[in-house]
Amino acid sequence: MAALEFDRVGVTYEGSDRSVRALDALELHVAAGEPVSVIGPSGCGKSTLLLLAAGLLTPTEGTVSVAGAPVTGPRRETALILQDFGLLPWKTVEANAALGLTVRGVARRDTRERATAALERVGLAEFARAYPGELSGGMRQRLALARAVALDADLLLMDEPLSALDALTREDLQDVLLDLWQRRGHAQVLVTHSIEEAVFLGRRVVVMSPRPGHVAAIVDNPRMGSDGFRASESYFDAVRELRRMLADEGAVSAAHGDGGGQA
Amino acid sequence: MTRPLLRKALGYVGALAALLLAWAALAWVVDSPALPGPAIAIETFFQQWPEIWPQILVSAWRVLAAMAIGTVLAVPVGLWLGRSPRADAIAAPIIFLTYPIPKVVFLPVLLVLLGLYDAPKIALIAIIVFFQILVTAHDAAKAVPEGSVLSVRSLGAKRLDIYRHVVVPASMPDIFTALRIGTGTAIAVLFLAESIAETNGLGYYIVDAWGRIDYPAMFAGIIAMALLGVVLYEALDALENWVTRWRKVTR
Repeated sequence: MAALEFDRVGVTYEGSDRSVRALDALELHVAAGEPVSVIGPSGCGKSTLLLLAAGLLTPTEGTVSVAGAPVTGPRRETALILQDFGLLPWKTVEANAALGLTVRGVARRDTRERATAALERVGLAEFARAYPGELSGGMRQRLALARAVALDADLLLMDEPLSALDALTREDLQDVLLDLWQRRGHAQVLVTHSIEEAVFLGRRVVVMSPRPGHVAAIVDNPRMGSDGFRASESYFDAVRELRRMLADEGAVSAAHGDGGGQA
Repeated sequence: MTRPLLRKALGYVGALAALLLAWAALAWVVDSPALPGPAIAIETFFQQWPEIWPQILVSAWRVLAAMAIGTVLAVPVGLWLGRSPRADAIAAPIIFLTYPIPKVVFLPVLLVLLGLYDAPKIALIAIIVFFQILVTAHDAAKAVPEGSVLSVRSLGAKRLDIYRHVVVPASMPDIFTALRIGTGTAIAVLFLAESIAETNGLGYYIVDAWGRIDYPAMFAGIIAMALLGVVLYEALDALENWVTRWRKVTR
């Protein structure tokens, strides 16, 4: 059973004077426990795809299902991490980690326990009483992850979660993401602009075409997550293949990198 | 915590000294019984203390009650209008048409309708505070970043959760700023309201002393009113610092 399924999904945004076709006949199946990266040029509907999966947007046509049931609204075990991490600066680190449990009415003691465990998991336990404003970019990202861990999410949706971080912190957080996935085995959809990140964190990499967005190609990346993958030949092969495909889509020039990643 | 407090206290002492000096110089230059020097005024203030403090209490009660009523009514309405485009489309023209009207001109009407006691003064100040806070809360709620709302919604938050966890805390800094600025207006309106058809309160005390040509007593009343304003402003400032303490943190 697929954890996440897009069945001929189309989305049209109705503007005041014109409508924009964001997605067209999108087909995508993410298996339970499978990590998938989504990459594509700006405006290919990557963020729309995540909003649909999170139940924050209703498709114009087609169906989106999670765990076999059509998505009608936010679901308890789905976690969404946006580019700005979605942290609330007026809440302490602990309250931010616990927010998903709080709005779902989980008992206070339970909430505390799970938030504390999640913070420990991402290495932020000693900052529980601090505010997000006191954290570095990488720590904020860890906090956003802690929120997903506290929810015990089986589907983790991320919209360019690491794009605001410097290269070293970014690599560190990629390791954290990989480690979390390996331990927890959740299904994961990572939208990214970085070719290297897509390969490092996706067992399959979905290449999307621009306007209206649809799946242009899928790169299989079976050795993702193996020991020393970042320095392995198959990693570089996948990066090279992906870059060539994106060049075909007109997203990158074949001779240059994507600028946002780390070779 | 003590260092900034100490600095603030020192600032107040310095400003007070400069103010008193300027006052003394002005009184000396003008040389009129209508403008007594600070020494006489302060002396009278302490002499008159048994008579002044009940007036301070009366005035403080009126302004505090009015600001509380105005704020409690304005915040929910303003936040709701700021978040609801449909309600806003209807309400916004009404608000922006009535906002510039000087509400103080309705004092005579309120005196006729609500009698001569506390009610008309509290109502007048509450109306003025209401509009200031309403417009501020409306704009603050409108400026809440959509990303924050979206990510909290993705956690399963319903409408009221969004207000509780996002809209209300995000708007607090702006609302407190409006309240602090509103203090000056509230005290000014209080003086006006108490100086007309009133038998107590600091406004009455000042105007009464003026009528008796007791200028030192009049200035004692002015000092009391200034103190009321400063204490109110500082109290709001302290409350704001506590409520929005997350803004103080830096890394």
